[in-house]
Amino acid sequence: MNVPSEHLFFLSSALFALGVLGFLVRRNVIVTLMSIELMLNAANLAFLAGSRLHSAPGRPDLQGPLFVIFVITVAAVEAAVGLALIIALYRLKQSVETDSASEMKG
Amino acid sequence: MENPGSHGWLWWIPLLPLAGSAVAGALHLCTLRARKTDPAARGPAALAGLVACAALFGSLLLSLRGFQALRELEPESARTLLSTVWHWITVPLPAGASFQADLGLLLDPLSSTMTLVVTGVGFLIHVYSLGYMKGDPGYAKFFAFLNLFVFAMLMLVLSSSLLGVFIGWEGVGLCSYLLIGFWYEKGWPAEAGQKAFVMNRVGDACFLIGTFLLVQAFGTLDVPTIVANFPVDGSRQWQLTLAGLFLFGGCCGKSAQFPLFTWLPDAMAGPTPVSALIHAATMVTSGIYLVARLNPLYASSPGLLALIAGVGAATALIGGSTALVQRDIKKVLAYSTVSQLGYMFLGLGTGAFAAAIFHLVTHAFFKALLFLGAGSVIHGMHEEQDVHRMGGLRRHMPRTFVTFVAGAAALSGLPLLSGFFSKDEILANAFAGGGLYYVFWGVGLATAALTAFYTWRLVSLTFFGPERFDHHHVHPHESPAVMTVPLMVLALLSVAGGVLGLPPVFGVTHALADWLEPVIEPGRKILERHGHAGHLSHAAEWALLGLGSAVALFFAHRGYRAYAGGPERDAALERGRPALAGFLGGAWRFDALYDAAVVRPLRLLAAAVAVVVDQFTIDGLVNGSASAARGAGAALRRTASGYVGGYALWMGVGALLISVVWLWS
Repeated sequence: MNVPSEHLFFLSSALFALGVLGFLVRRNVIVTLMSIELMLNAANLAFLAGSRLHSAPGRPDLQGPLFVIFVITVAAVEAAVGLALIIALYRLKQSVETDSASEMKG
Repeated sequence: MENPGSHGWLWWIPLLPLAGSAVAGALHLCTLRARKTDPAARGPAALAGLVACAALFGSLLLSLRGFQALRELEPESARTLLSTVWHWITVPLPAGASFQADLGLLLDPLSSTMTLVVTGVGFLIHVYSLGYMKGDPGYAKFFAFLNLFVFAMLMLVLSSSLLGVFIGWEGVGLCSYLLIGFWYEKGWPAEAGQKAFVMNRVGDACFLIGTFLLVQAFGTLDVPTIVANFPVDGSRQWQLTLAGLFLFGGCCGKSAQFPLFTWLPDAMAGPTPVSALIHAATMVTSGIYLVARLNPLYASSPGLLALIAGVGAATALIGGSTALVQRDIKKVLAYSTVSQLGYMFLGLGTGAFAAAIFHLVTHAFFKALLFLGAGSVIHGMHEEQDVHRMGGLRRHMPRTFVTFVAGAAALSGLPLLSGFFSKDEILANAFAGGGLYYVFWGVGLATAALTAFYTWRLVSLTFFGPERFDHHHVHPHESPAVMTVPLMVLALLSVAGGVLGLPPVFGVTHALADWLEPVIEPGRKILERHGHAGHLSHAAEWALLGLGSAVALFFAHRGYRAYAGGPERDAALERGRPALAGFLGGAWRFDALYDAAVVRPLRLLAAAVAVVVDQFTIDGLVNGSASAARGAGAALRRTASGYVGGYALWMGVGALLISVVWLWS
């Protein structure tokens, strides 16, 4: 199987754009959180594609996978904190809509 | 002079009044504190008057000691005591030289004469004030200011450098301002004080420019050094003439000469002892003192002398004619002072420096007497100053009446009184000047006639004729002894003061001229070289004396007779010649002229500046920046909607922009 690296970047960009779009348009905080996960994983894909592009036979590039591991860790932490916040928000407002959390008068 | 600079005791002459002022001021503060708890508390204020009088008496004794010390010095040219305590300003100059201004006192015959007048007449006025200001809420403050004034005046006359003179010059101006506006809560005295202060600023600026020019010419402000530089060669003459002109401008301000005289009549808003001390006897004569002090500077410029004589003659005429129609007893005396100061400048302008100082001294006696007498009348009449509402007071206040008449006789130049000799000497010198000076002599003689007329009009309206006051409310009474005794002393001096300067035709020496000779000599020698000093024959002098006596007696009698029956003549003048009456009553309309030419344009300019610069530009900048910030805030607040999606959108757009910029560059 020899997928060209460009395809991987296109896929990554498409996933990231989907994540951004979801983050912007959806009001449900849980979906927003999922959109963030999507953007993070799009970035992961881009890292791995880049790593493959830079690897020579017998000398694999390890920086890309290293970042991916970091991102996965951060994503896990983010999901934990985010879900906790969602529960707190739900307890406060009886809703998980982002608009319900806006208290500014501007 | 065995050791110049060792006469440190001279400093006590000005320092005693300064100390007295400090003590009186402290007593005033104590009184104010006592009044905080009890508004009726008298506090320790009563002590202030005694302290001030004692300080001035000490100063007077020291001045007498200085006078005695000077007299013992021989020869006459060595009659100088100098005490320099501080090299105040030292400026190194490029060519190894240096400009130095010292703080020093110089006692010579001229400053000794002035010191004796200031402390002597000043002491009498202080004693008088003990009675006059009794019960005034600002009693201690008054004496603090009065003593401070005497300190500044003594610094003015005693300083050996023009810098010290300037300190005194400004000091007396400040005290004059404070004392004119002493009853500031009435409103108009405060305005009169401001007017005096502002008009004096014009003169003071001229004084400063004059000193700068002198520094440029001689590199020093030390008066004896400046005087020793004369005569100078012709090439520097124009510069010195300019310096003399500007210094004379300063004198015009301080001594209330044309065109800067309008502040003096308004200065009558102050308490009457202030008018007597500052605005008759001492401060206003400092211009005469300064010109006499720098006599070679003026003697070497005949044009400048003619200008001084002309200004003096014009002022004498303006003041004398205005005094004819005034109804306020103090205003008559104020315009009279303006007029007599004009006489002194006329004397200076003829080169008769000693004669001018002689008139200064006699004027200090009789004008202080007249002001204090007027104060006594005002006191006895319950603050009434309008002579139309007086009359017949000789029965109610005999001591004031007799002394006032003595002063009036001296002022109007009745024969053998002090004013007669001093005025006549000035007129004789003007006559001897010839040419243009004949005009000045004529103006001077006309003013003598006016002086005699308005003086006796005043006496007549105040003390003779029917009693025109309301007997139910006003009960005229004689003033206490603390006020009348100084009047008597001054009356004695006014009557007998003429012996200081008897004319040469009497076959005796002119005591004051001889005494002042060492100071006047440099100027007199220059005048003689110019061929300026004319001499009169004995016959001419007798004729002038006779003419002066005749004019004084005739017009004094006319003035007395015209108003002996009451003030109807004033009303007749107003009916018959309303334009003339208004013209004279308004002091030749100078106040109206200044109002139209200076005050109103200045107010307009100020109003324009207020609108254009202040309201439009400065307020516009401040308000503009505020509303710009508010507008920017109003625009930007829409971006902070509080919706997470909105923020995320901006973040995304930002990230996109950064990426685009980064990729393209």
